[in-house]
Amino acid sequence: MSNKEKHWMKTRNHMLVTLAIWFFFSIVIYLFGADLNNIKILGYPGAYYMCAQGSLLAFVILIFWFANRQEKIDDECGYGGKEED
Amino acid sequence: MFKGGFIQNLPKIYGIYTGGFIVFILLMAIAEQMGMTSKAIGICFVAFTVGIYALIGYLSRTVQVDAYYVAGRQVPTVFNGMATAADWMSGASFVAMAGGIYFKGYGYMALLVGWTGGYVLVSTLLAPYLRKFGCYTVPDFIGTRYGGNAARMCAVLVLFVASFTYVTAQINATGTIASVALDIPFNIAVYVGLVSILLCSMLGGMRAVTWTQVAQYIVLIIAYLIPVFWISNKLDAGLFPHLMLQDEVAKLASLESEYGLGQVKNTAAQMAEVKAVNKGLAGITKAHSAVNTTPWGFISLALCMMLGTASLPHILMRYFTTPSVRSARKSVAWSLFFIFLLYSSAPMLATLSKLALLDPAAGGIIGKSFAEVTSLDWYQNWNQAKLMYVSDFNGNGTLELNEFFMQGKAVVLATPEIAGLPYVISGLVAAGGMAAAMSTADGLILAIANALSHDFYYKIIDPKAETRQRLLVARALLVIIGFAGATIAALEIQSILGSVIWAFDFAMSGLFVPLVLGVWWKRATKEGAVAGMLLGLGSGAFYLYWVFFAKNAGILGITHLTFGIVGVVVSFIAMVVVSLITKQPDAATQKMVEDVRIPSGKAILGKQH
Repeated sequence: MSNKEKHWMKTRNHMLVTLAIWFFFSIVIYLFGADLNNIKILGYPGAYYMCAQGSLLAFVILIFWFANRQEKIDDECGYGGKEED
Repeated sequence: MFKGGFIQNLPKIYGIYTGGFIVFILLMAIAEQMGMTSKAIGICFVAFTVGIYALIGYLSRTVQVDAYYVAGRQVPTVFNGMATAADWMSGASFVAMAGGIYFKGYGYMALLVGWTGGYVLVSTLLAPYLRKFGCYTVPDFIGTRYGGNAARMCAVLVLFVASFTYVTAQINATGTIASVALDIPFNIAVYVGLVSILLCSMLGGMRAVTWTQVAQYIVLIIAYLIPVFWISNKLDAGLFPHLMLQDEVAKLASLESEYGLGQVKNTAAQMAEVKAVNKGLAGITKAHSAVNTTPWGFISLALCMMLGTASLPHILMRYFTTPSVRSARKSVAWSLFFIFLLYSSAPMLATLSKLALLDPAAGGIIGKSFAEVTSLDWYQNWNQAKLMYVSDFNGNGTLELNEFFMQGKAVVLATPEIAGLPYVISGLVAAGGMAAAMSTADGLILAIANALSHDFYYKIIDPKAETRQRLLVARALLVIIGFAGATIAALEIQSILGSVIWAFDFAMSGLFVPLVLGVWWKRATKEGAVAGMLLGLGSGAFYLYWVFFAKNAGILGITHLTFGIVGVVVSFIAMVVVSLITKQPDAATQKMVEDVRIPSGKAILGKQH
């Protein structure tokens, strides 16, 4: 497999993992909103907390993690250099 | 003091700016103590901040094409994050969101999830690749990737429909705030707002908009957070509201049951009396923290907002301005961080605001006598502005929960006053709301004018046009679109928030699939893209007409707020089917897609094109 194909495969897998986590925090937990609200998260009703703060925070952390790990993938495959215009 | 160029000195420049703004707030606070009227304070706040933005806009004037379209591609990561956050957070986010949460609770908070989660899609699927492409506008990407003027024109069409729907809402919001703060009639205030917006963008295009948006972000975040923290501490609710309002949320739930929330239903005649005062007035009918919608109701709305986020050109084009692919990716993360600061505060503001209304210990008015409530200064002010109303339906002389009405935007605008904060804070909030609405309007008007001037005028009508001519056309379009937007805004067809949500649905209907497949599916063809855009937009628009204007019951629980789901599904099917039955893209196009996927190396389109 060429370097280019390897890089794209890793990039694609990284994208899929990231979107799986995104899917969990944006869709899956809200399928169970009513149940989630019966448990407490940080002392708030669960579903209320997640859509007021929890999911939002998860997305912020997720994108920073995504960007950092993608940079590592780029470096590994030798695409770390700055592009020229 | 300033060594090196402008870019190296950005932290210093904006540091001084922030310090200067805080000094200005303190001066206003002192002036208020010395007897300055509240009207004069409001005017000072709006005039001072708008003046600064106009100055930045003037200083950033440019005659260079790449500076005008993409700010010379040299905006540092964190600053681009701030500019995007301001571009993103509109008058709706600033003025209407806390109010929506206040009145509609959990079901409404799907918007919070949607308007943040969308950035995950932007960063994983689109932003880095569009940056590598090196385009000036979103239709520029569609036009080059798929080839041909048809695809480019379709993209311009979708962009126009979505962004124009959005911009009327923003000009409306600018006008609302300007009319309250400056005390002038709405239909004049709309044009005052428009002139302020154009001052920021006309001379310097994207470069000017970038640097004013950073300045506007600083104002709007200060204006949002200071009242939240102040009120929280004043009500003794917690030093750091985001982590400490558990007791208050629980207390609201118990107060709601004590006051019999939802037990007394107002009659149609009673509601007609309220709506006669102002059709935007609403009563508290939903529980604060209980789940009040079906999972699908919540998820479909969140999903629409997420896919819409990843298709709105005025956001995507912000990531064309970073120096590299890497910084575009990081910049998405910073954008969301800066957005998070405000979005996570909105539910807290709604909680505190409701507490100030309901809780007797916090000076709540529910349960007090009508004579007492109607003699309160702040009640009289906001009643006069038609944003608040009480009526003794059951004639017992005491204000019940179902007898209190307020318009959503009053939550942000009036809470500081209700909680007894000095007027200087209300002036600050007005300046923040103005900043939020202006920054988004600027981004949108620029997105539309750039698409028309670059993709329509330069790429299709007159490819030999000289730089001077191109920028002249771009500026003329900016003014025309601004005035068209203001004229429609003055008609007030749909509420601010409703128009914003529609804009997201339009964008996702037409652009989401062609953008994503353009990068992720080499087999996607020009014919497929055209079919995807036209059928997506067409079916979405038809569904909107069908449920909203023709008043039919929707299918599968899809409402006029989530019509993008219909559009995006049709768009996806159309694009895949048509792509598969047409000839696969030529080798050059396939090579181009492969190059887009490599984060280093030359941009596909040159620096000047």
